[in-house]
Amino acid sequence: MIAIIDYGVGNLYNLKNALDYQQIGNEIVRRPEHLERFDHIILPGVGAFKPAMDRLRDAEMAAAVSERVAAGVPFLGVCVGLQLLFDFSEEDGTHEGLGLISGCVTRFAHDLKIPQIGWNQVAFQRADPLLQGIPDRSYFYFVHSYHARLDDPRNGLGLADYGETFAAIVQKGNVWGVQFHPEKSQHPGLRLLKNFAAIQPA
Amino acid sequence: MLTKRIIPCLDIKDGRVVKGVSFIGLRDAGDPLELAQRYNDQSADELVFLDITASHEKRGLTVDLAARLARVLFIPFTIGGGISRLEDIHQIVTAGADKVSINTAAVLNPELISQGAERFGSQCIVVAMDVKRQGEHWEVFTHGGRRPTGIDAEQWALEVERRGAGEILLTSMDQDGQLTGYDLEITARISQSVSIPVIASGGGGTIEHFYDAFTRGHADAVLAASVFHYGTFTVSDVKHALRAKNLPMRLPPESNNGQELAPSG
Repeated sequence: MIAIIDYGVGNLYNLKNALDYQQIGNEIVRRPEHLERFDHIILPGVGAFKPAMDRLRDAEMAAAVSERVAAGVPFLGVCVGLQLLFDFSEEDGTHEGLGLISGCVTRFAHDLKIPQIGWNQVAFQRADPLLQGIPDRSYFYFVHSYHARLDDPRNGLGLADYGETFAAIVQKGNVWGVQFHPEKSQHPGLRLLKNFAAIQPA
Repeated sequence: MLTKRIIPCLDIKDGRVVKGVSFIGLRDAGDPLELAQRYNDQSADELVFLDITASHEKRGLTVDLAARLARVLFIPFTIGGGISRLEDIHQIVTAGADKVSINTAAVLNPELISQGAERFGSQCIVVAMDVKRQGEHWEVFTHGGRRPTGIDAEQWALEVERRGAGEILLTSMDQDGQLTGYDLEITARISQSVSIPVIASGGGGTIEHFYDAFTRGHADAVLAASVFHYGTFTVSDVKHALRAKNLPMRLPPESNNGQELAPSG
């Protein structure tokens, strides 16, 4: 059973729809003490980094998340949910994140349109249970102005190009993050969510 | 590389598709779900549903439609038409639409753009502008193109960007329905002056018109209705043709030469 964390940031129902459509058990979870009932956790998020992180802390979810990750539960951050995994973000000042993967979240430094909106191809860097059955260089739907800069390139599971190469999928241990919206990325996105649900807790 | 987007647009009234759609084999040409599925199968990158329901009390049907679409359609979709309050945005987004497009209400109350972006995120707010050439300038029209505003289109584009709109849906009233091509001049001017994506609309009749909108018009996405509804060509016809001309296009996986990576070691 997957917990989708509701901390008041963005619409969770499309992630829920994508899981329901594939008959993958899931529940929207608002209370941190309920997280331990679940064997998978998804952290969604849209908008800016700081309000998202503030709300996560205010909901007492930040500590609960770190605890479940340490317990080995497979964890997936989506969009801003990926960004929150990192040490800090440079969006509107410098703000601390969950620090589950080392690196920082930074704005695209080029003169292409920002936000990046649309479908971009992701080059997989290695085989991974999250990517099983998904062709390399599949297209996923992105909407974002910031992206994660990794301290350790080995945490980059999928890379995409938008004026510069950036991490579209990150992974470290039992923590995964996707900068795109799998729930809006058609077959490859649905498959990725299904793969996540099938990952065995450590 | 980010691909250029092709977006079919469907007009919806009382929760049903209006404007003839002539696909072979449709069970019900008025069913938005069946049509959405059809365009989805053709690799449409997104869909726009324009609600032309006149009566306010029937708008609930549009919210229901958004919810039904969101349960089966896993590409982004936008709902526009008659959205004038934050509460309208809230209902449609909560139902499952990814974006709303606001047009007349944005002109009458530009704060709606700022507040909508603040509350729901810029990615959610598409500002639609209907523009008409007046000599060397383009004027913004509201109320379905019936009412001139005296507002300069290029100035308005900068303002909606400043207020936090995530995208601009730019429709040329001069070209709309003519099938003689997009208005490349105003599309290029606006697309090059703002940093948010611009969706070109109005006038697409041939695949060449799409190509021109992306290249000479600098559009980030192109929207069309009748050429797709009447089956002049399909979304995937456009995409294959444009990819052959070296524009980045998302095609079904079998066209990407992508292979699943084998586990190593």
